[in-house]
Amino acid sequence: MNKIRTDHLLITSIVKDESRVLDIGCADGKLLHLLIKNKNASVQGIEIEHDKVEACLKKGLSVVEGDANKEITNFPDNSFDYVILSQTLQTVEKPKWILDQILRIGKKAIISFPNFGHWYCRYQIALYGKMPITKELKLPWYDTKNIHFCTIRDFCELIEEMNFVTEKKFGINKSKAVINYPFSGSLLNLLASHAVFLIHS
Amino acid sequence: MVSYKKKSNKNNIYQFKHTPYLTIDKKFKLQNGQSLISPSVAYKTYGKLNKDKSNSILICHALTGDQYAAGINPITQKKGWWHDMIGRGKVFDTNLYYIICCNVLGGCMGTTGPNSIDPKTKEAYGLNFPNISIKDMVFLQKNLVTHLGIDKLFCVVGGSMGGMQALEWGVSFPEKVDLVIPIATSYRHTAQNIALHEVGRQAIKNDLNWEKGEYIKVDKSPEKGLAAARMVAHITYMSEKSLSNKFGRNKKSNPLSQIFEGNFEVENYLQYKGNSFVNRFDANSYLYLTRSMDRFDLSEKYNGMLELAFKNNPCKWLIVSFTSDWLFPTSESRSLVSALNANACKVSFVEIESDRGHDSFLLKVPRLYNILKGFLIGAKT
Repeated sequence: MNKIRTDHLLITSIVKDESRVLDIGCADGKLLHLLIKNKNASVQGIEIEHDKVEACLKKGLSVVEGDANKEITNFPDNSFDYVILSQTLQTVEKPKWILDQILRIGKKAIISFPNFGHWYCRYQIALYGKMPITKELKLPWYDTKNIHFCTIRDFCELIEEMNFVTEKKFGINKSKAVINYPFSGSLLNLLASHAVFLIHS
Repeated sequence: MVSYKKKSNKNNIYQFKHTPYLTIDKKFKLQNGQSLISPSVAYKTYGKLNKDKSNSILICHALTGDQYAAGINPITQKKGWWHDMIGRGKVFDTNLYYIICCNVLGGCMGTTGPNSIDPKTKEAYGLNFPNISIKDMVFLQKNLVTHLGIDKLFCVVGGSMGGMQALEWGVSFPEKVDLVIPIATSYRHTAQNIALHEVGRQAIKNDLNWEKGEYIKVDKSPEKGLAAARMVAHITYMSEKSLSNKFGRNKKSNPLSQIFEGNFEVENYLQYKGNSFVNRFDANSYLYLTRSMDRFDLSEKYNGMLELAFKNNPCKWLIVSFTSDWLFPTSESRSLVSALNANACKVSFVEIESDRGHDSFLLKVPRLYNILKGFLIGAKT
Protein backbone atom coordinates (compact mmCIF):
# COMPACT_ATOMS: atom_id res chain seq x y z
CA MET A 1 0.00 0.00 0.00
CA ASN A 2 1.43 3.32 -1.06
CA LYS A 3 1.67 6.07 1.50
CA ILE A 4 -0.99 8.71 0.97
CA ARG A 5 0.48 11.99 -0.24
CA THR A 6 0.37 14.94 2.15
CA ASP A 7 -1.16 17.25 -0.45
CA HIS A 8 -3.87 14.67 -1.18
CA LEU A 9 -4.74 14.45 2.51
CA LEU A 10 -4.74 18.22 2.79
CA ILE A 11 -6.98 18.66 -0.25
CA THR A 12 -9.32 15.96 1.01
CA SER A 13 -9.58 17.73 4.35
CA ILE A 14 -10.64 20.94 2.59
CA VAL A 15 -13.45 19.30 0.61
CA LYS A 16 -16.84 19.12 2.31
CA ASP A 17 -18.72 15.80 2.55
CA GLU A 18 -20.71 14.62 -0.47
CA SER A 19 -19.39 17.31 -2.78
CA ARG A 20 -19.14 17.08 -6.53
CA VAL A 21 -15.44 17.29 -7.42
CA LEU A 22 -13.47 17.56 -10.66
CA ASP A 23 -9.76 16.74 -10.58
CA ILE A 24 -7.90 18.16 -13.56
CA GLY A 25 -4.97 15.95 -14.37
CA CYS A 26 -6.18 13.20 -12.06
CA ALA A 27 -3.39 10.75 -13.04
CA ASP A 28 -4.29 7.24 -11.83
CA GLY A 29 -7.05 8.58 -9.64
CA LYS A 30 -5.47 8.27 -6.17
CA LEU A 31 -6.85 11.62 -4.97
CA LEU A 32 -10.30 10.89 -6.41
CA HIS A 33 -10.29 7.54 -4.66
CA LEU A 34 -9.40 9.21 -1.38
CA LEU A 35 -12.19 11.77 -1.86
CA ILE A 36 -14.73 8.99 -2.36
CA LYS A 37 -13.45 7.03 0.63
CA ASN A 38 -13.12 9.88 3.10
CA LYS A 39 -15.71 12.38 1.88
CA ASN A 40 -18.20 10.28 -0.04
CA ALA A 41 -17.63 12.72 -2.88
CA SER A 42 -19.04 12.35 -6.37
CA VAL A 43 -15.93 12.63 -8.48
CA GLN A 44 -14.85 13.19 -12.04
CA GLY A 45 -11.35 13.29 -13.49
CA ILE A 46 -9.66 14.62 -16.60
CA GLU A 47 -6.46 12.92 -17.69
CA ILE A 48 -4.47 12.97 -20.91
CA GLU A 49 -2.27 9.89 -20.56
CA HIS A 50 -3.80 6.71 -21.97
CA ASP A 51 -2.52 4.24 -19.37
CA LYS A 52 -3.56 6.49 -16.50
CA VAL A 53 -7.07 6.82 -17.94
CA GLU A 54 -7.27 3.04 -18.18
CA ALA A 55 -6.06 2.75 -14.57
CA CYS A 56 -8.88 5.09 -13.47
CA LEU A 57 -11.50 3.10 -15.38
CA LYS A 58 -10.29 -0.13 -13.76
CA LYS A 59 -10.79 1.50 -10.37
CA GLY A 60 -14.34 2.40 -11.33
CA LEU A 61 -13.59 6.13 -11.50
CA SER A 62 -15.26 8.40 -14.04
CA VAL A 63 -12.63 10.02 -16.20
CA VAL A 64 -12.70 12.07 -19.37
CA GLU A 65 -9.65 11.54 -21.51
CA GLY A 66 -8.11 14.60 -23.07
CA ASP A 67 -6.09 17.78 -22.74
CA ALA A 68 -7.40 19.76 -19.78
CA ASN A 69 -6.95 23.01 -21.72
CA LYS A 70 -9.51 21.81 -24.25
CA GLU A 71 -11.74 19.52 -22.19
CA ILE A 72 -12.43 22.17 -19.60
CA THR A 73 -14.33 24.29 -22.10
CA ASN A 74 -16.85 21.45 -22.56
CA PHE A 75 -18.00 21.56 -18.96
CA PRO A 76 -21.06 23.66 -18.18
CA ASP A 77 -21.04 26.55 -15.68
CA ASN A 78 -21.18 25.67 -11.99
CA SER A 79 -21.18 21.93 -12.59
CA PHE A 80 -18.86 21.18 -9.66
CA ASP A 81 -18.58 22.16 -6.01
CA TYR A 82 -14.80 21.99 -6.27
CA VAL A 83 -12.39 21.92 -9.17
CA ILE A 84 -8.93 20.71 -8.23
CA LEU A 85 -5.86 21.78 -10.17
CA SER A 86 -3.07 19.91 -8.51
CA GLN A 87 0.53 20.60 -9.57
CA THR A 88 -0.65 21.64 -13.00
CA LEU A 89 -1.05 25.43 -13.00
CA GLN A 90 2.66 25.92 -13.70
CA THR A 91 2.45 23.65 -16.76
CA VAL A 92 -0.40 25.32 -18.60
CA GLU A 93 0.04 27.80 -21.40
CA LYS A 94 -2.42 30.38 -20.08
CA PRO A 95 -2.70 30.20 -16.28
CA LYS A 96 -5.07 33.18 -16.08
CA TRP A 97 -7.41 31.69 -18.64
CA ILE A 98 -7.47 28.33 -16.90
CA LEU A 99 -8.22 29.94 -13.52
CA ASP A 100 -11.12 31.75 -15.13
CA GLN A 101 -12.39 28.51 -16.63
CA ILE A 102 -12.03 26.63 -13.36
CA LEU A 103 -14.08 29.16 -11.47
CA ARG A 104 -16.63 29.15 -14.26
CA ILE A 105 -17.29 25.42 -13.98
CA GLY A 106 -16.66 25.12 -10.23
CA LYS A 107 -18.07 27.03 -7.29
CA LYS A 108 -14.68 26.77 -5.63
CA ALA A 109 -11.22 25.83 -6.77
CA ILE A 110 -8.37 24.11 -5.01
CA ILE A 111 -5.06 25.01 -6.60
CA SER A 112 -1.75 23.49 -5.60
CA PHE A 113 1.61 24.47 -7.07
CA PRO A 114 5.32 24.38 -6.28
CA ASN A 115 6.40 27.57 -4.54
CA PHE A 116 9.40 29.27 -6.10
CA GLY A 117 9.54 31.59 -3.11
CA HIS A 118 10.68 28.68 -0.93
CA TRP A 119 13.99 29.39 0.82
CA TYR A 120 15.75 26.53 -0.96
CA CYS A 121 14.84 27.93 -4.38
CA ARG A 122 15.91 31.41 -3.33
CA TYR A 123 19.14 29.96 -1.97
CA GLN A 124 19.99 28.25 -5.26
CA ILE A 125 19.29 31.34 -7.34
CA ALA A 126 21.05 33.68 -4.91
CA LEU A 127 24.09 31.54 -4.26
CA TYR A 128 24.68 29.79 -7.59
CA GLY A 129 22.72 32.06 -9.91
CA LYS A 130 21.01 28.98 -11.34
CA MET A 131 17.41 27.86 -11.77
CA PRO A 132 16.43 25.80 -8.74
CA ILE A 133 16.33 22.02 -8.89
CA THR A 134 14.55 20.37 -5.98
CA LYS A 135 13.08 16.98 -5.11
CA GLU A 136 9.76 18.05 -6.61
CA LEU A 137 11.28 20.04 -9.49
CA LYS A 138 13.80 17.52 -10.65
CA LEU A 139 14.26 18.50 -14.28
CA PRO A 140 16.53 21.25 -15.61
CA TRP A 141 14.87 24.32 -17.17
CA TYR A 142 15.10 23.01 -20.74
CA ASP A 143 13.39 19.68 -19.97
CA THR A 144 10.76 20.75 -17.50
CA LYS A 145 7.08 20.89 -18.40
CA ASN A 146 6.78 23.69 -15.85
CA ILE A 147 6.70 26.85 -17.92
CA HIS A 148 4.94 29.26 -15.57
CA PHE A 149 6.59 29.23 -12.19
CA CYS A 150 5.40 31.52 -9.45
CA THR A 151 5.78 32.17 -5.76
CA ILE A 152 2.99 32.22 -3.18
CA ARG A 153 3.16 36.02 -3.22
CA ASP A 154 2.90 36.11 -7.02
CA PHE A 155 -0.14 33.86 -6.87
CA CYS A 156 -1.81 35.97 -4.18
CA GLU A 157 -1.31 39.03 -6.35
CA LEU A 158 -2.83 37.32 -9.36
CA ILE A 159 -5.87 36.19 -7.36
CA GLU A 160 -6.35 39.76 -6.20
CA GLU A 161 -5.93 41.12 -9.71
CA MET A 162 -8.53 38.67 -11.02
CA ASN A 163 -10.93 39.68 -8.24
CA PHE A 164 -11.09 36.19 -6.79
CA VAL A 165 -11.17 35.50 -3.07
CA THR A 166 -8.69 33.33 -1.19
CA GLU A 167 -10.64 31.37 1.38
CA LYS A 168 -7.80 29.27 2.71
CA LYS A 169 -4.12 28.88 2.02
CA PHE A 170 -1.71 26.25 3.21
CA GLY A 171 1.92 25.47 2.74
CA ILE A 172 3.65 22.13 2.70
CA ASN A 173 7.27 22.12 3.75
CA LYS A 174 10.19 20.01 2.59
CA SER A 175 9.48 17.31 5.18
CA LYS A 176 5.87 17.05 3.93
CA ALA A 177 4.33 18.73 6.95
CA VAL A 178 1.46 21.15 6.55
CA ILE A 179 2.29 24.72 7.47
CA ASN A 180 -0.74 26.61 8.67
CA TYR A 181 -1.53 29.44 11.05
CA PRO A 182 0.30 31.39 12.45
CA PHE A 183 2.56 31.30 9.44
CA SER A 184 1.23 33.39 6.63
CA GLY A 185 2.38 36.05 4.20
CA SER A 186 6.12 36.36 3.80
CA LEU A 187 6.94 33.58 6.20
CA LEU A 188 4.70 31.07 4.45
CA ASN A 189 6.25 32.09 1.15
CA LEU A 190 9.66 31.33 2.60
CA LEU A 191 8.91 28.05 4.35
CA ALA A 192 6.50 26.31 1.99
CA SER A 193 7.89 24.26 -0.86
CA HIS A 194 4.30 23.73 -2.00
CA ALA A 195 1.19 25.79 -1.69
CA VAL A 196 -2.47 24.75 -1.60
CA PHE A 197 -5.11 27.46 -2.10
CA LEU A 198 -8.87 27.34 -1.77
CA ILE A 199 -10.31 30.15 -3.87
CA HIS A 200 -13.69 31.28 -5.16
CA SER A 201 -14.94 34.05 -7.38
CA MET B 1 -39.31 -25.37 -39.35
CA VAL B 2 -37.85 -24.32 -42.64
CA SER B 3 -34.33 -25.52 -43.02
CA TYR B 4 -31.42 -23.33 -43.97
CA LYS B 5 -31.07 -23.15 -47.71
CA LYS B 6 -27.90 -22.86 -49.66
CA LYS B 7 -26.13 -19.53 -49.97
CA SER B 8 -27.02 -19.42 -53.62
CA ASN B 9 -30.67 -19.13 -52.71
CA LYS B 10 -31.27 -15.40 -52.76
CA ASN B 11 -34.29 -15.72 -50.53
CA ASN B 12 -32.58 -17.42 -47.67
CA ILE B 13 -33.17 -14.54 -45.25
CA TYR B 14 -36.87 -14.93 -45.97
CA GLN B 15 -36.86 -18.66 -45.30
CA PHE B 16 -34.63 -19.14 -42.32
CA LYS B 17 -36.26 -19.66 -38.96
CA HIS B 18 -34.19 -17.99 -36.27
CA THR B 19 -34.25 -19.50 -32.80
CA PRO B 20 -34.75 -18.77 -30.05
CA TYR B 21 -37.38 -16.10 -30.32
CA LEU B 22 -40.00 -14.54 -28.13
CA THR B 23 -43.48 -13.63 -29.33
CA ILE B 24 -45.21 -10.90 -27.38
CA ASP B 25 -48.74 -12.24 -26.97
CA LYS B 26 -50.38 -8.84 -26.92
CA LYS B 27 -50.48 -5.60 -28.86
CA PHE B 28 -47.17 -3.82 -28.87
CA LYS B 29 -47.71 -0.08 -28.78
CA LEU B 30 -45.39 2.10 -30.84
CA GLN B 31 -44.24 5.65 -30.16
CA ASN B 32 -46.21 7.01 -33.11
CA GLY B 33 -49.48 5.72 -31.65
CA GLN B 34 -49.81 2.73 -33.96
CA SER B 35 -49.32 -0.82 -32.72
CA LEU B 36 -48.09 -4.20 -33.88
CA ILE B 37 -50.04 -7.38 -33.23
CA SER B 38 -47.85 -9.82 -31.26
CA PRO B 39 -44.43 -9.05 -32.71
CA SER B 40 -41.58 -11.54 -32.34
CA VAL B 41 -38.05 -10.86 -31.29
CA ALA B 42 -35.24 -13.23 -32.31
CA TYR B 43 -32.27 -13.34 -29.95
CA LYS B 44 -29.11 -15.10 -28.89
CA THR B 45 -27.63 -15.50 -25.43
CA TYR B 46 -24.11 -16.37 -24.37
CA GLY B 47 -22.95 -17.35 -20.88
CA LYS B 48 -25.20 -17.96 -17.89
CA LEU B 49 -27.45 -15.77 -15.84
CA ASN B 50 -26.21 -15.79 -12.22
CA LYS B 51 -28.38 -16.51 -9.19
CA ASP B 52 -29.18 -12.92 -8.33
CA LYS B 53 -29.68 -12.10 -12.01
CA SER B 54 -27.21 -9.25 -11.87
CA ASN B 55 -24.73 -10.18 -14.59
CA SER B 56 -26.58 -9.57 -17.83
CA ILE B 57 -25.22 -7.45 -20.64
CA LEU B 58 -27.44 -6.41 -23.52
CA ILE B 59 -25.49 -5.93 -26.72
CA CYS B 60 -27.25 -3.80 -29.33
CA HIS B 61 -26.39 -4.27 -32.96
CA ALA B 62 -25.85 -1.63 -35.62
CA LEU B 63 -27.90 -0.93 -38.75
CA THR B 64 -26.94 -4.04 -40.69
CA GLY B 65 -25.90 -6.20 -37.74
CA ASP B 66 -27.98 -8.93 -36.15
CA GLN B 67 -28.33 -11.10 -33.08
CA TYR B 68 -25.41 -13.30 -34.14
CA ALA B 69 -22.86 -11.14 -32.31
CA ALA B 70 -20.68 -14.17 -31.60
CA GLY B 71 -20.41 -17.64 -33.08
CA ILE B 72 -21.21 -18.43 -36.70
CA ASN B 73 -23.96 -16.52 -38.47
CA PRO B 74 -26.21 -19.13 -40.13
CA ILE B 75 -26.95 -16.87 -43.10
CA THR B 76 -23.48 -15.63 -43.95
CA GLN B 77 -21.59 -18.58 -42.43
CA LYS B 78 -19.17 -15.96 -41.09
CA LYS B 79 -18.12 -15.16 -37.54
CA GLY B 80 -20.41 -12.82 -35.61
CA TRP B 81 -19.71 -9.10 -35.75
CA TRP B 82 -18.27 -9.03 -32.20
CA HIS B 83 -17.04 -12.62 -32.19
CA ASP B 84 -13.62 -11.59 -30.87
CA MET B 85 -15.19 -9.56 -28.10
CA ILE B 86 -17.58 -12.19 -26.67
CA GLY B 87 -16.54 -15.47 -25.07
CA ARG B 88 -14.57 -17.05 -22.27
CA GLY B 89 -11.91 -14.68 -20.99
CA LYS B 90 -12.79 -12.12 -23.65
CA VAL B 91 -13.98 -8.54 -23.07
CA PHE B 92 -17.55 -9.68 -22.59
CA ASP B 93 -16.47 -12.70 -20.61
CA THR B 94 -19.07 -15.45 -20.78
CA ASN B 95 -17.60 -16.90 -17.59
CA LEU B 96 -18.77 -13.78 -15.79
CA TYR B 97 -21.61 -12.29 -17.79
CA TYR B 98 -24.86 -13.35 -19.38
CA ILE B 99 -24.84 -11.78 -22.82
CA ILE B 100 -28.05 -11.05 -24.70
CA CYS B 101 -28.22 -9.84 -28.27
CA CYS B 102 -31.44 -9.57 -30.25
CA ASN B 103 -32.39 -8.57 -33.75
CA VAL B 104 -33.94 -5.09 -33.70
CA LEU B 105 -37.56 -4.30 -34.40
CA GLY B 106 -37.82 -3.65 -38.12
CA GLY B 107 -34.90 -6.00 -38.81
CA CYS B 108 -34.88 -8.97 -41.15
CA MET B 109 -33.26 -11.71 -39.10
CA GLY B 110 -36.24 -13.12 -37.27
CA THR B 111 -37.57 -10.12 -35.38
CA THR B 112 -40.77 -8.60 -36.76
CA GLY B 113 -40.04 -6.22 -39.59
CA PRO B 114 -41.38 -5.16 -42.98
CA ASN B 115 -40.65 -8.61 -44.47
CA SER B 116 -42.67 -10.39 -41.75
CA ILE B 117 -46.21 -11.59 -42.30
CA ASP B 118 -48.89 -9.08 -41.34
CA PRO B 119 -51.46 -11.09 -39.31
CA LYS B 120 -54.22 -8.96 -40.79
CA THR B 121 -53.47 -9.57 -44.47
CA LYS B 122 -51.45 -12.81 -44.17
CA GLU B 123 -48.95 -11.21 -46.51
CA ALA B 124 -45.63 -9.49 -45.96
CA TYR B 125 -46.06 -6.05 -44.36
CA GLY B 126 -44.01 -4.22 -46.95
CA LEU B 127 -44.74 -0.51 -46.66
CA ASN B 128 -47.73 -1.28 -44.43
CA PHE B 129 -45.23 -1.81 -41.67
CA PRO B 130 -45.57 1.10 -39.24
CA ASN B 131 -42.87 3.71 -38.74
CA ILE B 132 -40.68 2.50 -35.92
CA SER B 133 -38.26 4.37 -33.71
CA ILE B 134 -35.10 3.57 -31.79
CA LYS B 135 -37.27 3.85 -28.68
CA ASP B 136 -39.62 1.18 -30.04
CA MET B 137 -36.62 -1.11 -30.55
CA VAL B 138 -35.58 -0.51 -26.95
CA PHE B 139 -39.07 -1.12 -25.58
CA LEU B 140 -39.21 -4.43 -27.43
CA GLN B 141 -35.80 -5.32 -25.98
CA LYS B 142 -37.17 -4.47 -22.53
CA ASN B 143 -39.93 -7.04 -23.09
CA LEU B 144 -37.31 -9.63 -23.92
CA VAL B 145 -35.16 -8.77 -20.91
CA THR B 146 -38.19 -9.06 -18.61
CA HIS B 147 -39.12 -12.37 -20.26
CA LEU B 148 -35.62 -13.65 -19.48
CA GLY B 149 -36.32 -12.93 -15.80
CA ILE B 150 -34.04 -9.92 -15.55
CA ASP B 151 -35.17 -6.84 -13.68
CA LYS B 152 -32.00 -4.80 -14.06
CA LEU B 153 -29.28 -5.10 -16.68
CA PHE B 154 -25.68 -4.81 -15.61
CA CYS B 155 -24.76 -3.15 -18.88
CA VAL B 156 -26.13 -2.04 -22.23
CA VAL B 157 -23.56 -1.54 -24.98
CA GLY B 158 -23.64 -0.89 -28.69
CA GLY B 159 -21.97 0.93 -31.54
CA SER B 160 -23.51 3.26 -34.14
CA MET B 161 -27.26 2.47 -34.27
CA GLY B 162 -26.52 0.09 -31.37
CA GLY B 163 -25.10 3.08 -29.53
CA MET B 164 -28.35 4.96 -30.12
CA GLN B 165 -30.21 2.07 -28.51
CA ALA B 166 -27.79 2.11 -25.57
CA LEU B 167 -28.41 5.86 -25.16
CA GLU B 168 -32.16 5.31 -25.33
CA TRP B 169 -31.91 2.58 -22.68
CA GLY B 170 -30.04 4.94 -20.36
CA VAL B 171 -32.64 7.62 -20.86
CA SER B 172 -35.85 5.53 -20.97
CA PHE B 173 -34.91 2.98 -18.29
CA PRO B 174 -32.26 4.64 -16.13
CA GLU B 175 -33.23 2.53 -13.12
CA LYS B 176 -33.01 -0.70 -15.10
CA VAL B 177 -29.38 -0.55 -16.19
CA ASP B 178 -26.13 0.09 -14.31
CA LEU B 179 -23.65 0.78 -17.11
CA VAL B 180 -24.32 2.37 -20.46
CA ILE B 181 -21.68 2.26 -23.20
CA PRO B 182 -22.58 4.11 -26.40
CA ILE B 183 -19.77 3.72 -28.94
CA ALA B 184 -19.20 5.70 -32.16
CA THR B 185 -22.65 7.19 -32.06
CA SER B 186 -24.68 10.33 -31.52
CA TYR B 187 -27.83 11.49 -29.76
CA ARG B 188 -29.20 12.59 -33.15
CA HIS B 189 -28.34 12.47 -36.82
CA THR B 190 -26.86 15.54 -38.46
CA ALA B 191 -28.14 16.78 -41.83
CA GLN B 192 -25.12 15.05 -43.37
CA ASN B 193 -26.04 11.71 -41.76
CA ILE B 194 -29.60 12.01 -43.03
CA ALA B 195 -28.41 13.07 -46.49
CA LEU B 196 -26.18 10.02 -46.82
CA HIS B 197 -29.02 7.73 -45.77
CA GLU B 198 -31.33 9.39 -48.26
CA VAL B 199 -28.97 8.52 -51.13
CA GLY B 200 -29.22 4.87 -50.10
CA ARG B 201 -32.98 4.99 -49.82
CA GLN B 202 -33.33 6.62 -53.22
CA ALA B 203 -31.13 3.92 -54.75
CA ILE B 204 -33.49 1.26 -53.39
CA LYS B 205 -36.70 3.07 -54.31
CA ASN B 206 -35.50 3.71 -57.84
CA ASP B 207 -34.71 0.06 -58.48
CA LEU B 208 -37.60 -1.15 -60.68
CA ASN B 209 -37.64 -4.42 -58.75
CA TRP B 210 -38.57 -2.56 -55.59
CA GLU B 211 -42.17 -2.54 -56.90
CA LYS B 212 -43.24 0.23 -54.47
CA GLY B 213 -42.13 -1.94 -51.59
CA GLU B 214 -44.22 -4.96 -52.69
CA TYR B 215 -41.31 -6.93 -54.15
CA ILE B 216 -41.76 -9.95 -51.88
CA LYS B 217 -45.32 -10.49 -53.11
CA VAL B 218 -44.17 -10.56 -56.72
CA ASP B 219 -41.07 -12.57 -55.92
CA LYS B 220 -38.63 -9.88 -56.93
CA SER B 221 -35.79 -8.18 -55.11
CA PRO B 222 -34.36 -4.67 -55.57
CA GLU B 223 -30.85 -6.05 -55.36
CA LYS B 224 -29.15 -3.40 -57.46
CA GLY B 225 -30.62 -0.56 -55.43
CA LEU B 226 -29.82 -2.24 -52.13
CA ALA B 227 -26.27 -2.95 -53.30
CA ALA B 228 -25.80 0.69 -54.31
CA ALA B 229 -27.15 1.81 -50.92
CA ARG B 230 -24.66 -0.47 -49.23
CA MET B 231 -21.81 0.85 -51.35
CA VAL B 232 -22.47 4.46 -50.33
CA ALA B 233 -22.88 3.46 -46.71
CA HIS B 234 -19.71 1.40 -46.77
CA ILE B 235 -17.66 4.43 -47.82
CA THR B 236 -19.01 6.32 -44.82
CA TYR B 237 -17.89 3.50 -42.52
CA MET B 238 -14.28 3.82 -43.63
CA SER B 239 -11.82 6.70 -43.62
CA GLU B 240 -10.00 8.22 -46.56
CA LYS B 241 -6.81 6.81 -45.06
CA SER B 242 -8.13 3.28 -44.66
CA LEU B 243 -9.40 3.25 -48.26
CA SER B 244 -6.06 4.60 -49.48
CA ASN B 245 -4.10 2.07 -47.43
CA LYS B 246 -6.23 -0.77 -48.71
CA PHE B 247 -6.49 0.16 -52.39
CA GLY B 248 -4.67 3.34 -53.27
CA ARG B 249 -5.10 3.86 -57.00
CA ASN B 250 -4.48 0.21 -57.81
CA LYS B 251 -6.22 -1.27 -60.82
CA LYS B 252 -7.91 -4.64 -61.07
CA SER B 253 -7.27 -6.86 -64.07
CA ASN B 254 -10.47 -8.91 -63.90
CA PRO B 255 -13.19 -6.59 -62.53
CA LEU B 256 -16.70 -7.67 -61.54
CA SER B 257 -18.20 -5.13 -63.90
CA GLN B 258 -16.73 -2.49 -66.13
CA ILE B 259 -17.88 0.57 -68.02
CA PHE B 260 -14.57 2.27 -68.59
CA GLU B 261 -11.23 0.82 -69.35
CA GLY B 262 -9.12 0.06 -66.33
CA ASN B 263 -11.08 -0.66 -63.18
CA PHE B 264 -9.90 0.62 -59.81
CA GLU B 265 -9.63 -1.95 -57.06
CA VAL B 266 -11.74 0.20 -54.78
CA GLU B 267 -14.63 0.10 -57.28
CA ASN B 268 -14.41 -3.65 -57.43
CA TYR B 269 -14.29 -3.91 -53.64
CA LEU B 270 -17.43 -1.80 -53.25
CA GLN B 271 -19.26 -3.83 -55.88
CA TYR B 272 -18.34 -6.99 -54.03
CA LYS B 273 -19.51 -5.51 -50.71
CA GLY B 274 -22.77 -4.38 -52.29
CA ASN B 275 -23.45 -7.70 -53.97
CA SER B 276 -22.78 -9.81 -50.90
CA PHE B 277 -24.97 -7.55 -48.75
CA VAL B 278 -28.15 -8.28 -50.71
CA ASN B 279 -27.94 -11.94 -49.72
CA ARG B 280 -28.30 -11.10 -46.07
CA PHE B 281 -30.49 -8.01 -45.91
CA ASP B 282 -33.98 -6.93 -46.78
CA ALA B 283 -34.38 -3.70 -48.75
CA ASN B 284 -37.48 -2.51 -46.88
CA SER B 285 -35.77 -3.22 -43.56
CA TYR B 286 -32.97 -1.00 -44.78
CA LEU B 287 -35.45 1.80 -45.51
CA TYR B 288 -37.20 1.52 -42.15
CA LEU B 289 -34.07 1.20 -40.05
CA THR B 290 -32.20 4.08 -41.70
CA ARG B 291 -35.32 6.19 -41.18
CA SER B 292 -35.50 5.29 -37.50
CA MET B 293 -31.89 6.44 -37.11
CA ASP B 294 -32.62 9.71 -38.92
CA ARG B 295 -35.60 10.37 -36.71
CA PHE B 296 -33.74 9.59 -33.47
CA ASP B 297 -33.10 12.71 -31.42
CA LEU B 298 -32.77 12.57 -27.64
CA SER B 299 -32.94 16.36 -27.41
CA GLU B 300 -36.13 16.77 -29.47
CA LYS B 301 -38.41 16.50 -26.47
CA TYR B 302 -36.43 19.27 -24.77
CA ASN B 303 -36.25 21.76 -27.65
CA GLY B 304 -32.66 20.84 -28.36
CA MET B 305 -31.50 21.06 -24.73
CA LEU B 306 -29.87 17.64 -24.58
CA GLU B 307 -28.78 18.04 -20.96
CA LEU B 308 -32.44 17.85 -19.86
CA ALA B 309 -32.55 14.24 -21.09
CA PHE B 310 -30.09 13.19 -18.37
CA LYS B 311 -31.62 14.89 -15.33
CA ASN B 312 -30.83 12.87 -12.18
CA ASN B 313 -29.56 10.02 -14.32
CA PRO B 314 -28.07 7.39 -12.01
CA CYS B 315 -26.30 5.27 -14.66
CA LYS B 316 -22.57 5.01 -15.14
CA TRP B 317 -21.68 6.08 -18.65
CA LEU B 318 -18.72 5.34 -20.88
CA ILE B 319 -18.72 7.23 -24.17
CA VAL B 320 -16.29 6.06 -26.84
CA SER B 321 -15.38 7.66 -30.16
CA PHE B 322 -12.68 7.10 -32.78
CA THR B 323 -10.35 9.72 -34.20
CA SER B 324 -11.02 8.91 -37.87
CA ASP B 325 -14.79 8.40 -37.59
CA TRP B 326 -16.28 11.15 -39.75
CA LEU B 327 -19.78 9.66 -39.75
CA PHE B 328 -20.14 10.06 -35.98
CA PRO B 329 -17.24 12.36 -35.17
CA THR B 330 -15.85 12.86 -31.68
CA SER B 331 -17.63 16.21 -31.41
CA GLU B 332 -20.94 14.29 -31.22
CA SER B 333 -19.66 12.23 -28.31
CA ARG B 334 -18.36 15.36 -26.61
CA SER B 335 -21.86 16.86 -26.73
CA LEU B 336 -23.07 13.79 -24.87
CA VAL B 337 -20.29 14.06 -22.29
CA SER B 338 -21.05 17.73 -21.79
CA ALA B 339 -24.77 17.06 -21.35
CA LEU B 340 -24.06 14.29 -18.84
CA ASN B 341 -21.63 16.51 -16.97
CA ALA B 342 -24.21 19.25 -16.77
CA ASN B 343 -26.21 16.83 -14.65
CA ALA B 344 -23.30 15.67 -12.51
CA CYS B 345 -23.68 12.21 -14.02
CA LYS B 346 -20.95 9.60 -13.78
CA VAL B 347 -19.38 9.81 -17.19
CA SER B 348 -16.15 8.58 -18.71
CA PHE B 349 -15.04 9.40 -22.19
CA VAL B 350 -12.27 8.19 -24.46
CA GLU B 351 -11.42 9.04 -28.01
CA ILE B 352 -9.51 6.08 -29.39
CA GLU B 353 -6.89 6.55 -32.05
CA SER B 354 -7.70 4.52 -35.12
CA ASP B 355 -7.38 5.37 -38.80
CA ARG B 356 -10.08 2.89 -39.81
CA GLY B 357 -13.07 5.19 -39.59
CA HIS B 358 -16.51 4.49 -38.16
CA ASP B 359 -16.03 0.72 -38.61
CA SER B 360 -13.36 0.81 -35.88
CA PHE B 361 -15.93 -0.29 -33.31
CA LEU B 362 -16.29 -3.60 -35.17
CA LEU B 363 -12.55 -4.14 -35.56
CA LYS B 364 -9.87 -5.50 -33.30
CA VAL B 365 -8.69 -2.18 -31.91
CA PRO B 366 -6.65 -3.22 -28.83
CA ARG B 367 -7.31 -0.03 -26.90
CA LEU B 368 -11.08 -0.42 -27.36
CA TYR B 369 -10.82 -3.90 -25.88
CA ASN B 370 -8.72 -2.67 -22.92
CA ILE B 371 -11.02 0.24 -22.20
CA LEU B 372 -14.20 -1.84 -22.26
CA LYS B 373 -12.71 -4.61 -20.17
CA GLY B 374 -11.32 -2.13 -17.63
CA PHE B 375 -14.62 -0.29 -17.38
CA LEU B 376 -16.53 -3.52 -16.70
CA ILE B 377 -13.98 -4.58 -14.06
CA GLY B 378 -14.04 -1.13 -12.47
CA ALA B 379 -17.81 -1.17 -12.19
CA LYS B 380 -17.61 -4.24 -9.96
CA THR B 381 -15.16 -2.68 -7.50
